[in-house]
Amino acid sequence: MYHDILITLTVLTNFTLVATSRIHKSIQVAAFQGVLLGLLPLTLGLGFQIHILLMAMAAVMVKGWFIPFLLRRALLKVHIQREVHPYIGYTVSLMLCALGTGMSIVLAHNLPLKPGGPFALFVPAALATLFTGFLLLVSRRKAITQVVGYLVLENGIYLFGLMLIQDMPILVETGVLLDLFVGIFVMGIVINHISVAFDSMDTRQLAELKD
Amino acid sequence: MAWYLILLPLLAAGAAFSTPSPTWRVRILCATAILHLVGTLAALGGYGTLPVGTWLGLDALGGWVLLVISVLFLVCALYAPAYLALRPDRDGRIFTGSLLSFLGLASLLAQSQHPGITWVAMETTTLATAPLIYFNHNRHSLEATWKYLLIGSVGIALALLGTLFIAYAANMGGVEEPLLYGRLMRESALLSRPWLRAGFVLVLVGYGTKMGLAPMHTWKPDAYGETPGIVGALLAGGVTSCAFLALLRIYAVVAAAGEAQFARELLIGFGLLSMTWAMVFMVRQLDFKRLLAYSSVEHMGILVLGIGIGGNAAKFALFHLAANALVKSVLFLSAGNIHRSYASKQLPFVTGAIRRTPVSGWLFLLGFLAITGTPPFAPFISEFNIAYTALTGGHPWVGTAFLVLLGAIFLGMSDTVIKVVFGTPSAQRVRTPYKDTFATTAPMIAALALALVMGLWLPRPLQEMLQSAAMMVGGQS
Repeated sequence: MYHDILITLTVLTNFTLVATSRIHKSIQVAAFQGVLLGLLPLTLGLGFQIHILLMAMAAVMVKGWFIPFLLRRALLKVHIQREVHPYIGYTVSLMLCALGTGMSIVLAHNLPLKPGGPFALFVPAALATLFTGFLLLVSRRKAITQVVGYLVLENGIYLFGLMLIQDMPILVETGVLLDLFVGIFVMGIVINHISVAFDSMDTRQLAELKD
Repeated sequence: MAWYLILLPLLAAGAAFSTPSPTWRVRILCATAILHLVGTLAALGGYGTLPVGTWLGLDALGGWVLLVISVLFLVCALYAPAYLALRPDRDGRIFTGSLLSFLGLASLLAQSQHPGITWVAMETTTLATAPLIYFNHNRHSLEATWKYLLIGSVGIALALLGTLFIAYAANMGGVEEPLLYGRLMRESALLSRPWLRAGFVLVLVGYGTKMGLAPMHTWKPDAYGETPGIVGALLAGGVTSCAFLALLRIYAVVAAAGEAQFARELLIGFGLLSMTWAMVFMVRQLDFKRLLAYSSVEHMGILVLGIGIGGNAAKFALFHLAANALVKSVLFLSAGNIHRSYASKQLPFVTGAIRRTPVSGWLFLLGFLAITGTPPFAPFISEFNIAYTALTGGHPWVGTAFLVLLGAIFLGMSDTVIKVVFGTPSAQRVRTPYKDTFATTAPMIAALALALVMGLWLPRPLQEMLQSAAMMVGGQS
């Protein structure tokens, strides 16, 4: 019951993310989405298991606090507030996001589920979140918004991984947390170099290499 | 032995990073490369007797890939001291540390018998190589690093999702942890087909991004173009081989489950697309390092194409992995020398390399001839046999397209290479003090000689290993 609400909220945050132009807000929304997903395993009726509790805590800390903290700190150094002139405009992004969500439902319909689990909404929501992250990655210009996109993409994978958290905890936990943590950490370092070298975080300046 | 191959380079990386002396750093690098190759050869003796249920160990397939990487790394390590001596301005600590970490993580990947560990190793390999691309610390290398990290991370994320899909396929069929490749292959009849197929597509796109298959290759020309030649050699022959291995492991599971037909069509499609795409961008390419990057896209295409054709072609695709790695090291290192000598990597500034840096010029030319399939070098053997298998094994159109593309790529590539190597020296060229020395050319001569020997003769134990590796790829455990 609660998990359906959390997943619905997750899909709704996807729409907020593609429609927002203020970078500060998009970091906030991505953090909120991370907290939603972090709490999700506690609502699945899996009983009290220490590793699931730890996983939930780790996810809330990393996705809801630590990474947003890193991103905000990076944002403080460069004086930008908004994502100006994205490659794909906000209205079109919203429409694409809706289209992607619809397609995810169709796609998920073709993949059979193990009977009896609480996972009916997981696959479509995971694919929709993945698609949203991908959309943010390709349609935004600022390096920091692209990292937010990557974070959302990872959220989609995490959502799918939760379906296996009972049976294959190690695979899911190491995979998801390592990817997120290390990936974003290294990207943070590079962002720092970009803002020092170019005095901005605009990836348009990273377009000198071409054929 | 499994841990020796992983921990030796990682500990050496720590030592190289912490020592303040550049002399000791390169000594550690070369010594580790030699010890690693010795260890690999010793470990290969037991490839056929890997106990069921092992998490880490060398089997025929992983052993072959690790052997290739270890030899390639030795070539690069022997070249490194002379190169680093030419670049006293740059921080050699991070450089050497990253190189050695890459070797340790590649050993982990080659020995991993679990998709999760394979994935972790691939991810960390990406991160370990990112500082290498940023070696020059200028705007261009920063741009290349950002693209490499961002596109690579998305690819890796998709590969993780694919791995989870396959885990779910096993979970639905009642296959329990640990999901070692051997178990997945033995119990493949139980795997849920829709999830397995979807998982394979994601893994192909994910690891294909790391390999640099078109159209996910866009990071490649930038990364290879902006890094030192030595890193280019290691990326083109090492990182891509790791990603290819990770893909092959999953392909073997799919083949064991009897879904090879579907997977092969995809592989042939990606293979031909990569070759075509590479050809288009190689024609009139003025930057010879980017030219090599597109050549790498082409050869990744040949690898997956060979697997897609199957049978004997799969075996020669594995052979091509080694041939490509060796010849690419010659090409990237000689291109690096020419770049250093002219302080440019663009036509029309770089012409007549054969007069200015005769040895590197000749090696660049011979490397070009070898990689485009001129006999008697090793790539000829694999390219010929892949074409032959395709034409006689029920893929006449694929075989014809393959040969046409090879011919077109030869012509496209030769235009730039001939100008760089022969051409009249340009009047506006920059004078640099760089001259070819023994230390900057001998490792390449050794690699080229090895590629020549491989084209003529492969020792029987290696042939047998290659055969059983190809059987594993085909789904027989």
